[in-house]
Amino acid sequence: MNLSTEVIEKSDKKKILKVAGEVDAYTAPELKANLNPLTEEEGAEVVVDLTEVSYIDSTGLGIFIGALKSAENHDATLRLTGLNERVKRLFTITGLDEVITIDDENTEEAK
Amino acid sequence: MAESKELLHDQYANILRAYLEEQSEQGLYYAQQFSKRVLEEQISPEEVVSLHLEVLEEFFPDLPKGAHESFELLLEVMMGYGLAYREHQSLRDKTKELEAEINVAANMQQTFLPDEIPHVNGLDVGVLSVPASKMSGDYYHFVKDDHDCVGLAIADIIGKGIPAALCMSMIKYTMDSYPEQRLQPGALLENVNRVVEQNIASNMFITMMYGSYDSRTHQFNYAGAGHEPGFYYKAAEDTFEELHAKGIVLGIKRNTDYKEYQLTVEPGDFVVLLSDGVTECRTDDGFIEREAITRLIRTYQHLPAQEIVNHVFYELERAQGFQLRDDFTLIILRRNV
Repeated sequence: MNLSTEVIEKSDKKKILKVAGEVDAYTAPELKANLNPLTEEEGAEVVVDLTEVSYIDSTGLGIFIGALKSAENHDATLRLTGLNERVKRLFTITGLDEVITIDDENTEEAK
Repeated sequence: MAESKELLHDQYANILRAYLEEQSEQGLYYAQQFSKRVLEEQISPEEVVSLHLEVLEEFFPDLPKGAHESFELLLEVMMGYGLAYREHQSLRDKTKELEAEINVAANMQQTFLPDEIPHVNGLDVGVLSVPASKMSGDYYHFVKDDHDCVGLAIADIIGKGIPAALCMSMIKYTMDSYPEQRLQPGALLENVNRVVEQNIASNMFITMMYGSYDSRTHQFNYAGAGHEPGFYYKAAEDTFEELHAKGIVLGIKRNTDYKEYQLTVEPGDFVVLLSDGVTECRTDDGFIEREAITRLIRTYQHLPAQEIVNHVFYELERAQGFQLRDDFTLIILRRNV
């Protein structure tokens, strides 16, 4: 399964990472390589747009948790948007929606 | 070695002579056999070419001009093949070594799991845990105290394979450090969480569900740390309900409270605990629905618990073309009628 990512710079601080495909044990390293550097910029506002992501497995969740911790260490923020039902359920069941900010609204901003 | 080279030389000379006299199928067959033999003896491609030239020159001392030189060129070309072949050989040996090591580790990992299910009067228990590859990231645990109370845990370590397996030992030793007397599920998860939080990489976590069943009062108390919901079958209503316990996965927040839930188990009722390898079963038509699992359980519900889990596993494995994508663990705990 393939994964593609694209960084859209909204401003100096605000970066949107658009992700498309499936995030699993095989594609997770690629997501990590693209996401983590964004969270390592002091005070960055990182938004991950998952509109085009059909499936995430637990390894994928781990990448977001790692990115969240990295963001916290760099005074940055991480926000997820555009989750489909299946993906959202995963965040709810694991209770990770308590620690990661997830947008309920549509992905207007990310377009 | 020199002796075996001579032997090979003679053998090849015979095969070639026979073939030159009569180009038969049989001759080609001998050539194939010879090729197996040189592979076994780890003889490189350029050595075979050189052998061919030697024999040829014995048969035809007056090779036309240029023939000998042309073989020298061919030898040079085959040299590259020979290098690649030797690399392949050494990789194959290394793979074998690694495989042997993983097998040892996998056997050791088996000892982390209970080797038998405790027998409790009035309870019918079935368990099946199958790794997707050699090492598993699924863990389960049973403990029985003197009062016929059973504690059971199911845990799924993020990812699979070796990293997950290494992490499992932490869970195993943590669980074993608790007294056999029943711990309250919520308190147990809070304790395990503290250990995991301090010992796990930032992008890893563990999901877990812990339940305890008191066979005197038939109370089932449980708590969950972000684990895939199981099912609760109510015999009186003949329905399956989702068995979910809210709580964050282990290893994320140091001080976390885990809410405890309670059920009164009636005769014929049963609890189904599972790992996400069961629900994330993927067929050509996409992911199976959770209802598909309850339908399967229903089909085999008249059987003993162990047979139900065995049948459900077989059906789901078949649906995925006998190729598990994730570790699979399914536990059924039924109060006998």
